[in-house]
Amino acid sequence: MKKSMSFVADYCVYVVKGGPKFYSWLGFLFLFVLGWAYGNFMQLTQGMIVTGLTDQVSWGLYLANFVFLVGVAAGAVTVVFPAYVYKHKALHEVAVLGEMLAIAAVVMCMLFVINHMGRPDRLWHMIPFIGIYNWPGSMLTWDVIVLCGYLVLNLVGGFYYLYKKYTNEPLNKSFYLPVIYIAIVWALSIHTVTAFLINTMPARPMWHHGMMPIRFITTAFAAGPALIIVVFTIIRNNTKLWIKDEAIDMLSQIVVWCLGIALFLTMSEVVTELYHPTEHSLGLQYLMFGHNGLNALVPWFWFSIVALIGSFILLLIPAIRKDHKKLPYICVVIFAGIWVEKGMGLLIPGSIPTPIGEFTQYSPTLIEIFNCLGNWAIGFIVLTILLKGAIGILLGEVKYASE
Amino acid sequence: MTEHKPPNLPDDEVSTPDSVSRRGFVKQVGGISATSMLGTAALMTNTDEAEANSEWAEWFQGSYRLMSDEEKDEACARLERRYSEEYDKKVSVDSTPAQEGVLFGYALNIQKCIGCRRCAKACVKENNQSRGDQEIEWIRVLKMEKGDFDASKMADGYPDSYGIQVGGNAYSASGVVLEGEHYYEPEKVPEEDAFYMPMQCMQCEKPPCVKVCPVRTTYREPDGVVVVDYNWCIGCRMCIGACPYWARRFNWGEPKLPKGEMNPDTHYYGNRPRMKGVVEKCTFCMQRTRKGRYPACVEVCPVGARKFGNLLDPDSEIRRVLATKKVFRLKAELNTYPKFFYYMD
Repeated sequence: MKKSMSFVADYCVYVVKGGPKFYSWLGFLFLFVLGWAYGNFMQLTQGMIVTGLTDQVSWGLYLANFVFLVGVAAGAVTVVFPAYVYKHKALHEVAVLGEMLAIAAVVMCMLFVINHMGRPDRLWHMIPFIGIYNWPGSMLTWDVIVLCGYLVLNLVGGFYYLYKKYTNEPLNKSFYLPVIYIAIVWALSIHTVTAFLINTMPARPMWHHGMMPIRFITTAFAAGPALIIVVFTIIRNNTKLWIKDEAIDMLSQIVVWCLGIALFLTMSEVVTELYHPTEHSLGLQYLMFGHNGLNALVPWFWFSIVALIGSFILLLIPAIRKDHKKLPYICVVIFAGIWVEKGMGLLIPGSIPTPIGEFTQYSPTLIEIFNCLGNWAIGFIVLTILLKGAIGILLGEVKYASE
Repeated sequence: MTEHKPPNLPDDEVSTPDSVSRRGFVKQVGGISATSMLGTAALMTNTDEAEANSEWAEWFQGSYRLMSDEEKDEACARLERRYSEEYDKKVSVDSTPAQEGVLFGYALNIQKCIGCRRCAKACVKENNQSRGDQEIEWIRVLKMEKGDFDASKMADGYPDSYGIQVGGNAYSASGVVLEGEHYYEPEKVPEEDAFYMPMQCMQCEKPPCVKVCPVRTTYREPDGVVVVDYNWCIGCRMCIGACPYWARRFNWGEPKLPKGEMNPDTHYYGNRPRMKGVVEKCTFCMQRTRKGRYPACVEVCPVGARKFGNLLDPDSEIRRVLATKKVFRLKAELNTYPKFFYYMD
């Protein structure tokens, strides 16, 4: 008991203390939180009318970011999986950082879902027993289960590991390893179920195909480790924790493989849908080429395609993939490319045309953008703090001082 | 354009947030209170404590379907009080349940429809939808151009410069719509070379919207009508995504329902005023049909294109239509089994 109290105290004190770089980074993020507060106030008081959403396109930027971030959360498993299943030493040392990323990503997911809801004040209606939980019928309830479960698994796994490091005690393997292995499988489930959320609706032909879950997972396993490589590079440059080259090389290999498969699946879809285009491929056609002058999404799609194919080709070259100066920049491009692919490339055109054939363009309002940026900023604040705490413990800067 | 405000209605009776009257102010704050603690605090310290209490009671209200009869009556009475005060008239909120031996069905004669959209307008008036710049219509009439098969248009859609076929509609009028156009503004109807296909909620027997709802706020009633418990809806819009008929509408802002135009005969599941952030849709005019009346759209149709009745009654008009006419359903391949039929003589 005393140990855990001192863990909490030491951890909390450590994570809020930092140099000027740390505070200016948090301050920079906090600026977006101000915009977020304004945006949320407007949305809560005026209703969803302050967004660019319509009856025609009723799912927009919020849900797009949600879907993408579920992928990022799942992508954290690309650190944990090689570490524990393939006993990858370099990744094993920093596996807990992947879990911290997963926690931050799930927090962001939740913020985005709440922004998407028309009546967030009625969220309690979903709580089993006091409300009604339409499980197993509603896919959304599955998604809530897997996301909350994933959050708990990562909190438990991550902080148990950190606590044991802090007290310098051995891990109880019969407790810890099952948590890790369940979390690995669970990571797959979160993005699979999120794909099921939208691909189980025949009303939306663009989404209604069986390739969706595997496409979600491959893009997630490209975007997730891409972000982790960037984060690891920042950690290497700014903290005393030296993440080994082998760890980053392993991740870049995962990125390139998964990106390749994702591109292959995209190509398969394009050929299948467009060889003999039917009404069901109108969403994809609208996305790729526009429709009679309505072409808001066209540049996004082609940006994403060029970014992802270009990065893939570059990463295939070992000299570039192993150049840890260039690699993070390519990873940023991949991350952005997949964000576009999930949002402007998948979620929004799924509603265009509507089930009765109406083409309506959607563009988010400033308030929507404020809220999205704010959610990201909050997520990055959480991530920064979680990573700082974890790094402090890994470095031994925070440890239990027995009297 | 659509009619935004009846000509005989003075401006100050329209309760928009801009209204300067005290009532308007109270209503505006009341709207905020549901989602914002701040707003509620302001309201509590304001004058209208009764309304605040009623809003709180509504907020804690459980799912209507699971309530006992007494609780249902209480919920309806509470709503009656709030609406009566808000709209300055005696408002009744009916809780008549589905009647035994009744399964409602609807049939529409696309041969007769002239596209006048009186049904859509009558529906808005009857069902207390939002008006003005936030207008909600449950019925959309699609104008289908016969021109797809018109000799003068046969050669369209084959761009010369490409020399390849890119699809028959490539050069059709810039595409608001794919097959039907529901924003048409004709001088008079019916227009030449056009036919019309009104669409509304199909009251599916296997409704995709019901399955996806995470809180079971939308469900099929025993008389076959798919309803929404507006007080239980969390506004996630899964149902809007799942509906293949684009039948559901969302209250993006606080609905704008002028006091003078408010229809005070309402049903809990039907046309009672909605709040912001919830989904709504056609209920076959539940407030009327559960009491043996026709839906407003059936009553108003000038050409008799709309038929409504009890599918379980072998002598009903709807059964006669199904037995004797050429009947089809929309998107039958999706296995939603609509109880809204289209037919030709």
